[in-house]
Amino acid sequence: MMKDMMAGFELFQPADVETALDLLDRYGDRGWRLAGGYDSLDWLKNRGKGPTAVIDLEGIDELRGIRETSDGIEIGALTTLTEVETNGLIQERFSLLADAARHVASPQIRNAGTLGGNLCQDTRCWYYRYGVKCYRAGGNTCYAAAPEAMNREHAVFGASRCVAVTPSDCAPAVVALDAQMVVRNRRGQRVINAADFFMEPSVDIRRMTVLEPEDLLVAIRLPNAWANASFYFEKVADRNVWDFPLVNVAAAFRMDGSTVADARIVCGAVQCIPRRARSAERLVRGQTRSDQVATSAGAAAVQGAEPLAFNQFKVPLMQNLVKRAVQGA
Amino acid sequence: MAELIGKDFTPPDIFGKVTGRARYAEDFRRDGMLFCRLLLSPMPHARVRSIDASAALAMPGVVEILLPDDVPEQPGPANNILTYEPHFVGEPILAIAAVDETTAHNAIQAIKLDLEPLDFCVDPLRSLRPGGPNARTDGNTIVPREGIREIKWSQADFDEAGTHLPMGQPGEEWAYGDIDAGFAESALVLEESFVTASTSHHSMEPRSAFAYWENGKCYLHASSQSQALTLPGAAEYIGVEPENLVFIAEYCGGGFGSKGSAYPVMSIPAHMSRKVGGRPVMMRISRAEEYFLGSARPGFQGRLKMGFRTDGRLLAVDLYIVQENGPNQGFGDLGSAASAVSIVYTPVNMRYRGIAILTNTPPRGAQRGPGQNQMHTAMEPLIDKAARELGLDQVAIRRINAPTHESGYGGSQGPISSAYLREALDMGAEQFGWAERRARSGQREGSKVRGVGVGQAFHSAGSNGFDGLVRITPDGRLHIHTGVGNLGTYSYASTSRVAAEVLGYDWANCEIHRGDSSRGLPWNNGQFGSNTSFTMTRTNYAAGMDALQKLKEIAALELGGSSRDYDVANEVVFQRANPSRRITYAQAATAAIELGGRYSGREVPDDINAMTRRSVEQLAGSGLVGVARDNLERRGTVPALAAGFVEIELDVETGRYEILDYLGVADCGVVLHPQSLATQIRGGGVMGFGMAGAERHVYDPRWGLPGSVGLHQAKPPSYLDVPSEMGWAAVDQADPENPVGVKGIGEPLMGCAGAALLCAISDALGGFYFNRTPVVADMIINAIAGRSQSHRPLQVNTQ
Repeated sequence: MMKDMMAGFELFQPADVETALDLLDRYGDRGWRLAGGYDSLDWLKNRGKGPTAVIDLEGIDELRGIRETSDGIEIGALTTLTEVETNGLIQERFSLLADAARHVASPQIRNAGTLGGNLCQDTRCWYYRYGVKCYRAGGNTCYAAAPEAMNREHAVFGASRCVAVTPSDCAPAVVALDAQMVVRNRRGQRVINAADFFMEPSVDIRRMTVLEPEDLLVAIRLPNAWANASFYFEKVADRNVWDFPLVNVAAAFRMDGSTVADARIVCGAVQCIPRRARSAERLVRGQTRSDQVATSAGAAAVQGAEPLAFNQFKVPLMQNLVKRAVQGA
Repeated sequence: MAELIGKDFTPPDIFGKVTGRARYAEDFRRDGMLFCRLLLSPMPHARVRSIDASAALAMPGVVEILLPDDVPEQPGPANNILTYEPHFVGEPILAIAAVDETTAHNAIQAIKLDLEPLDFCVDPLRSLRPGGPNARTDGNTIVPREGIREIKWSQADFDEAGTHLPMGQPGEEWAYGDIDAGFAESALVLEESFVTASTSHHSMEPRSAFAYWENGKCYLHASSQSQALTLPGAAEYIGVEPENLVFIAEYCGGGFGSKGSAYPVMSIPAHMSRKVGGRPVMMRISRAEEYFLGSARPGFQGRLKMGFRTDGRLLAVDLYIVQENGPNQGFGDLGSAASAVSIVYTPVNMRYRGIAILTNTPPRGAQRGPGQNQMHTAMEPLIDKAARELGLDQVAIRRINAPTHESGYGGSQGPISSAYLREALDMGAEQFGWAERRARSGQREGSKVRGVGVGQAFHSAGSNGFDGLVRITPDGRLHIHTGVGNLGTYSYASTSRVAAEVLGYDWANCEIHRGDSSRGLPWNNGQFGSNTSFTMTRTNYAAGMDALQKLKEIAALELGGSSRDYDVANEVVFQRANPSRRITYAQAATAAIELGGRYSGREVPDDINAMTRRSVEQLAGSGLVGVARDNLERRGTVPALAAGFVEIELDVETGRYEILDYLGVADCGVVLHPQSLATQIRGGGVMGFGMAGAERHVYDPRWGLPGSVGLHQAKPPSYLDVPSEMGWAAVDQADPENPVGVKGIGEPLMGCAGAALLCAISDALGGFYFNRTPVVADMIINAIAGRSQSHRPLQVNTQ
C-alpha cells in the first residue's frame, strides 16, 4: 500500500548528456531518470520503486528546445508540455501534437511535465500503483483481470497477462505523426520509430517502452511527411483537468483533393501501447470523408475488442471517437 | 446602529490565508521535536498475532514506539486510536517516533507484523445474505440503543426482491399516517431501487496534529472545524482533564464534516509526547493516509415507493435504506435521509425503515448534508420521472409538495421554524428562465443535446443552549470571544458581528478572539451541521444583550436614574431624556472593573457551561463582561432549504457534458453575509456536481483494497468542470426563532446542485433514470449504446 514517504537515495544533477549516460550506465536498474517528476515522485513517495540513484535531468540544457531540421522538427525530450503546446512551429506544422499536449493533466503540471516524461510514463493501473505484487511488479497474477476486478480504465485490446493501458495523451499523437525517438546510451545513439517505441506486455511485461536502464530518450523527431496534414485529437476523461484518458484519439489525414491519400488513426488508453486503428486507416484511404465512411471506420476500429467486466463502454466510445476523427479532422 | 447584518466585510483571518502567514497544525515547530509515522493495516480485517519492532527500535534516530496498549481502548463500535484488530485498510496499528520523518518511516518498514486475516466485507448486501461475511467478529450491524448485532436476511427476502433491494428485518423504522391508504388513493405509484456512492471528504489539509506537554498541560495543535466542542473529546482521547488541555485550531483546511468534533487520530502525538517526557511530536498525515483513515460519507442501497395524485401531490412514501456504515459507529445518515424526505416533499403518509450494515471500509462520519444529500440526489430524478409520467412540469411537481411553516419534520412530525422552499423555487424559476430553458431541453445540435434540471435539498440548521461571551475593555474596544471554530466559511466572524450590532459598535473597534482555548473562549457548538449562523447569532445576541444591559446599569449607577432611562448610540450610553448625560463605552468598561461582581466577570450566571466559567474567570477584571447562555425560545427544527437549477449540454457520443449554467437559491432566513453566502452557494454547487458526476469509493471486492486513495483517483471536480460563473439568490425571509432572522444553509447547497445536475442528465437523455449516484461517462455511454451497465443493479464501491 501507499507510503507517502520518500526513502533516501543519491541524487545526481548532471549538466550534460554524457555525464547522465555515464550515471545511467553505472547504476543500471538501480538508477532512475527524473525529468518533470510527476510520475517519478509518485513512485518514490510511495516507495513503489526504490532506486539507489536518481539522475535529475533538469540541468541538461541540450535536452530542451524545439529545433527545425532538414526534414522536420526535433523536440528535446526535456521540453515542457507547455512549450510543446504553445510553440509556433509545432502549432503551424504539427498542431496534432500541440493539441495532444494541451490535453495533458493541468496547466500547472504541463508547466513542469516534459514531452519525454509524458511518453515514457508508467501505466496508471490502480492495482499496480497501489503496490500489489502483480505480473508487472514481478509477481504472478493480474489483479485487474480478475472476474470481480475494478477494471473500468483497463485494456480492451492486446491484453497479455497484464491488462494495463498507456495513459499518455502525447503517445498516440507521436505515433500518428510517424515520429522518431532518438535514444542514446554510452555506446551510441539509435533512432526508433514511435510505433516501435512502446512495449507490449507480451514482449516485456515489466516496462512500457523499449528503453533499457542505461538508455536516455534525448529527442523526438517529427518528419515533414505529415506536416500540415489534416489533424484531429480528442480525449475523453472523467474530468476536464488533471485526469487520464478513458480513451483518446489522435489522427492525421493526408488529403489528395477531397480524397484521403493516407491516414493515421491512433487510440490511447485502450491497449498497453498506443493502438493504431489500421483497419480504419485502410478503410478511409482512397475515400472521400463522409459520415458513412466515418461510421464504417469507427466500426472497423473496434473489431476484435475484448472488454473486461467494467470497461465495455470503451468499445462504443472508441468507435465514436474514431468516427469523429474521420468526420472532423 | 451599526447595521452590520447583511453587509459584506473582510473577515480577519483572510489576510493570513492569502498571504500564507496562516499557520495550520502542520506548520508549527518547536525545539527538539520528533516526527511520528503510523503503521497502517494492509488488510481490510485482521488480528495482530505478533509485532517484532526490535530492528526498528535499533535504528539510529528512532526514539519510541506507541502501541495499542499505550492508548485508551475505545470499546467497539467506537473508532480506535490504535488497534490490534484493524477493521479497514489503513487503520493505524502503531506509531514510531524518530528524529525525522524518513527515519520514522524506515523504522515502520522494518517492523515485522504478523497478521491473521479475518472475514471482511465491502458490500452490505453481501453481509446481509444468509452466511454472508461480517465486518466485525461480533456482528454486522449497529442497532440504535442496542449496539452491535448480527442480522441476516433470509434467502426468500433476496429471491422475492429480484433486482430490487430486498427488504428484510430493519434496524430502525418509523411511520406516520397510513401508507396503504395513500398508495390506494394514488394515480401513479413508482417503485425504484437506487444506489448512492460512499465518498471521501478530500479536505485539502490532511488531519495532521502536533502535541507536547509542559507543566502538566498538554498542548495540541490539530486540524479541526470546531474549537470548544472538540476540546472535551480530545481531552478524553488523550486522558487529560479538559482544563489541562490547550487546544489550538486557528485555521482548518477543509473538513466538510470529517473534523467536526474530536477524532481519535488527533491524540496520537499527545500520547507519544507523553511517552517521551513531553517532547514535541509532529504527526503529518499524508494525502493517501487521509483517504485511508479520514472519514467518509456512507453510501446507500435504497428502495423508494412513491404514490402521487394526478396533480403531483405526494400521497405516500415507503422508504428503505441500507447504509454502508464502515466498521464502526458510523453516522446517522439513513435516518436523516428519511426525515429530509418528510420535510422537502411533505408526503401525506410515510414509512421509513433502515439498517446500517458494517463494512471493512473507512469509518463513516458526517459529510456535508449527511443523509439528506444522498437522499436528494437519489430521489429528485425520480420526482422528475413521476412528473414525466404525470405530464407535469418539474418545478410544478416540487411546488405542490413544498413545505409550509406548518409542515412537520421526521417520524414525529415535529414543528419547524420556517420554510420558504416554494418561494425559492419560484425565485429560481424566474431568475433562471426555467420556462424558456425547458422549452429548448432535448434540442439536438450535432452530437450534443440540451438538458435542464431542478434540485432541492434540506438540512436541519440550528441549535441553541450555548454561551456567548463579549468584553468591552477600557480602551473602548469590543472583544468577541467565540469558541465555534473556523471551518473556513467565515461564519465565526459574521455571527460575531451580531454582538457588535446589538451594541451599536463600529466594526473597526471590534476584535474576535478564537482559535486557542487559552484565549478565554466560551462553550459553543461545533462548526458543522449548517448550524453556526443560527446558533452563534443567538449566543452573540445573548452576550451582546447582557453587555448592553450592564452598560445601561452602569450608566444609571454613574449618572442616576434607572437603566431603563438609557439608550446607546455611537459607543456611548446616554440618558434618553437628556442625551448630554452620557458615558462612553470605554468609561463604562473602567467603571465595570471598579464595580466588579457580574459587571467585570467576577460573578457569572449559574447556567453557563464550566468551560465558559473558566474562560470568564480568566478574563475577569479586564473590562465589562457580557456573558450569557442562549435561553431564547426555540420551538422546532430549523430548516435550511435550497433549490438549484442546472442547464447542461451532453455529448451523446462521449458521455461527457458541460454545465452551461447554474443558479442556487437559498432559504437561509435573513442574509447575514452576502459574499459568504454566494461562496457557499457556488462551493456547495461544485461539491454537488462532484457527488453527482464523479466521486465515489472504489473497492476491489476480492481483496478489499481501496482504489480511490488520491485526489486524481477520487476525482473531486476541477475548476474546468464547473461553470466559471454561477448564479446565486436568496429568499431573504426572516426566521422567527432567531433574533436577527438568520438560519444556516451550508449543506443543502450541495445536495440541490447535485440533484439538479442528475435531473438535467436524465432530461438530456429523454428521461433515462440511472437510479445511481454518481452518473459517470461510462454509464451514460452504455445507456446511449443500449448496453447493460457494468455494475450489478445494487452493487456498491464500483468504478
